[in-house]
Amino acid sequence: MYETIYHRPSSVDEAAALFAKGSEAKYLSGGHTLIPVMKQRLASPSDVIDLGKIKELIGIDVSVDAVTIKAATTHYDVAMNGPAQKAIPALAHLASLIGDPAVRHRGTIGGSIANNDPAADYPSAVLALGATVKTNKRSISADDFFKGLFTTALADGEIITQVSFPIPAKAGYSKFPHPASRFALTGVFVVKTKSGDVRVAATGASQSGVMRVPAIEAALKANWSAGALDSVKISADGLMSDLHGSSDYRANLIKVMAQRAVTAAG
Amino acid sequence: MGVEGIGASVVRKEDRRFITGKGRYVDDIKLQGMTYAQFVRSPHAHAKVKSIDTAAAMKMPGVVGVLTGKEIVDDKVGNLICGWAITSKDGSPMKMGAWPAMAPETVRFVGQAVAVVIAETKNQARDAAEAVVVNYEELPAAADIRAAIKPGAPQLHPEAPGNVIYDWTIGEEAATDAAFKSAANVVSLDITNNRLVPNAMEPRAAIAEYNEAEEHFTLYTTSQNPHVARLVLSAFYNIAPEHKLRVVAPDVGGGFGSKIFIYPEEMVALWASKKVRRPVKWTGDRSEAFLTDAHGRDHLTKAEMAFDKDNKVTALRVKTYANLGAYMSLFSSSVPTYLYATLLSGQYNIPNIFAEVISVYTNTVPVDAYRGAGRPEASFVVERLMETAARQLKVDPGELRRKNFITQFPHQTPVIMAYDVGDFGASLDAAMKAIDYAGFPARKAKAKSEGKLRGIGLSCYIEACGIAPSKAVGSLGAGVGLWESAEVRVNPVGTIEILTGSHSHGQGHETTFAQLVADRLGIPISQVQIVHGDTDKVQFGMGTYGSRSAAVGMSAIFKAMEKVEAKAKKIAAHQLEASEGDIVIENGEFKVTGTDKSIALPMVALAAYTAHNLPDGMEPGLKEGAFYDPTNFTFPAGAYICELEVDSGTGKTSFVNFVAADDFGRLINPMIVEGQVHGGLAQGIGQALLEGAVYDSSGQLVTASFMDYTMPRADDLPSFKLNHTTTLCPGNPLGVKGCGEAGAIGASAAVINAITDAIGNNKLEMPATPDRVWHAIHG
Repeated sequence: MYETIYHRPSSVDEAAALFAKGSEAKYLSGGHTLIPVMKQRLASPSDVIDLGKIKELIGIDVSVDAVTIKAATTHYDVAMNGPAQKAIPALAHLASLIGDPAVRHRGTIGGSIANNDPAADYPSAVLALGATVKTNKRSISADDFFKGLFTTALADGEIITQVSFPIPAKAGYSKFPHPASRFALTGVFVVKTKSGDVRVAATGASQSGVMRVPAIEAALKANWSAGALDSVKISADGLMSDLHGSSDYRANLIKVMAQRAVTAAG
Repeated sequence: MGVEGIGASVVRKEDRRFITGKGRYVDDIKLQGMTYAQFVRSPHAHAKVKSIDTAAAMKMPGVVGVLTGKEIVDDKVGNLICGWAITSKDGSPMKMGAWPAMAPETVRFVGQAVAVVIAETKNQARDAAEAVVVNYEELPAAADIRAAIKPGAPQLHPEAPGNVIYDWTIGEEAATDAAFKSAANVVSLDITNNRLVPNAMEPRAAIAEYNEAEEHFTLYTTSQNPHVARLVLSAFYNIAPEHKLRVVAPDVGGGFGSKIFIYPEEMVALWASKKVRRPVKWTGDRSEAFLTDAHGRDHLTKAEMAFDKDNKVTALRVKTYANLGAYMSLFSSSVPTYLYATLLSGQYNIPNIFAEVISVYTNTVPVDAYRGAGRPEASFVVERLMETAARQLKVDPGELRRKNFITQFPHQTPVIMAYDVGDFGASLDAAMKAIDYAGFPARKAKAKSEGKLRGIGLSCYIEACGIAPSKAVGSLGAGVGLWESAEVRVNPVGTIEILTGSHSHGQGHETTFAQLVADRLGIPISQVQIVHGDTDKVQFGMGTYGSRSAAVGMSAIFKAMEKVEAKAKKIAAHQLEASEGDIVIENGEFKVTGTDKSIALPMVALAAYTAHNLPDGMEPGLKEGAFYDPTNFTFPAGAYICELEVDSGTGKTSFVNFVAADDFGRLINPMIVEGQVHGGLAQGIGQALLEGAVYDSSGQLVTASFMDYTMPRADDLPSFKLNHTTTLCPGNPLGVKGCGEAGAIGASAAVINAITDAIGNNKLEMPATPDRVWHAIHG
């Protein structure tokens, strides 16, 4: 690791001010991507600004319509939060599947979606549930937030403050973990909204990061059942292909995981 | 035996230190004035080193020295050697390419060191290493066996045309061919034995200290065999004469074979410590471990088995290409030859065997012994063939094996080995009973009705370990003898120190070796201390690998104990005014049999050291040494059966049951044996399902971290059900066989046999990842 200056601000405004002052500052919110990359000397931020201890960024609020998770809330806290489990069980379940216990106690929802790893779990929930990402500057809808591999709509220095998930009629998440990293080799989040709309998002599969799956959405809209997907064909075009999963295998996993997610959703 | 003697599952003495964080590993050692080494490593798989500019690095803060490959060659530090000579079928010696500790002219694998920076702190060394400018001219690379043997392939070493190190054969070719011609049935398979990264928990490390006034070096290193390291560093690498070089291997966190070898890093640390006149520490990180630890396995094999009309095996014919990487590591040549092809008879009476092994250079890190070393590859060939044959011949795989089991001992195979004892049918019976083999068809049918693919797979392995009779291995090309030594020191107060040439890096010797002493003298193991891993303390030893420490190392202790007991009995008889022949040892006391007269061990010891009243002519003291050279290998064998289900939607394998029935002869500490089997099975299952080192065609290691290389985790593994059957090894005084490698040797075939049974497609390579299994099901 190269030398860097570590900051632990106590407010979002202070964090943003520190970021503006640094020559090549980086926010830290969990650090499971940033720290390993720094240790390998592949990143050398001038300043590391830890958002993890900012009180206004921690907590979960459940209303009649939405589950709102503040950005520095850990995966563990989401997985174990009773009201959240009750409101959107699939979301709490997803959080319980991320990494391992050590990761879940340190990693945060804001860190995950800001990083937008193409195999991270959370982006699928954000996209499928049509969540709203709130920052210190504005609100961004899920459909506008994810812009491809490790790329988001966030401007330089912009800080996610919370993510608000509308409570759906039904939702399910099914993940096939990468054998080595335990990221999603493919994970699919299926949602039936209270208005009857169907939104399905797949992570870990596409070369462009998290994506909607229109073929599955159409089939489920017509018939919300695992069996409705039997005849759906998922194209392998544009899907990732690597040591642990060829693109045709991932195409299969999109369908199979979607079926299992629908079954889980009930 | 007593509560802590042979056969007792005594809790490991060493675990108090390990689980409370009080272990003392190389990286825990800090010497006065210590500096830190950072290697500059090649990013290319094959390249000429055109120039190295160290000027900028030398000016960096804290830098003590920057040394290059040219300097180490100029200082006449010897090239790394391979210590086992293999002769090709045409009579020519193996083709050993030059391997300098740092490359002066040519790099041949990604991660090979070209220079080293020595600095006051680790970070300063890293900073300066980045400032060393190396100008490479890239050359085309041959990253795997197929690429290396292609006509026109890039040539790695001028000494080895066509990248062939040797083309070696064993067995009778003509007789084997004739048996195939007259066979009723022939079964054949193409097999890839996947390449593995050892991944010991503790990465390799070295600290070298040079004492200028004494012209003496001390090396602290992560070694399985510190005496062999000293011998090789002294005799071949010109570091220092043996009496001027002390090698210490303190607590070592796992080896699995990868810490047998002497690596460039410890040579450079020693050499550099004299150059900079400061102690030099190098601790590898995980990335360096992936790139530079010797890998294991990596075979391509075509294997055929011939059967007569009664389904008796009549012949086995095997052709194997083995990848030894860019250079020949210390024992690399022996692994795909004498540790592999000599086990191709398996548990079966096979009258004709012929094997050809062609070892080749590739632009990858060297390949050498890794848990099992050749024997997993052999067992996989034989047991995959047996299972395939059973399916082809439409007979039960257990019955086909039984029909061909060796039942008379000793048994001379056509490939050198003379099996001393065994009962293969008993192991198979025990395993079948444990898994309810007879009930499997009903379980499979039930699973099918639930939409699940269920399979069962057998693996009846045998291995040769407890290496080895020195004379025998010497005649096969080994550069060293493979005996072991021990010294028993009874202190004046009656406590005992055992000095052994074996080295424990996870095996629990501090407990099991003490149990032997406790057993013989009837004293608690707390009165026994095991001393190992330091060439200044232990006279000599060959170290720990090849499941040899019980069979060979403990046998040496046994012999030394006999000498100590004989002398102690003489002293006791003298003190008790009894006849020596009437003295028996019980519960730490020397008793005159049939009387109530006795003298306790501490009093005998004290008498030996005060020497006030010893028998006439007896030397004072109570300390004896012994060397033990085994008469044969030991032959652990057993049966593993795996039952599993495959999810046809994802190709994921889930274990239903995994049973093992091993014959390890006498068990010293059953709990430790079980731990060894668990670890071995985890590595065998890891090879079958999860692990695989993959280089891309340019020679970059794709699986260079745990994000891509799948290490087995607890939830990948079943809860093992272990059984033991026992035939005592006649070749050593304890009747023990080795248990350290069996799991890794036998497990992988059982898993692949079970998956291929479940999916009804025999074409499946390791690691059987969900992706591969899914493709095997769906095309």
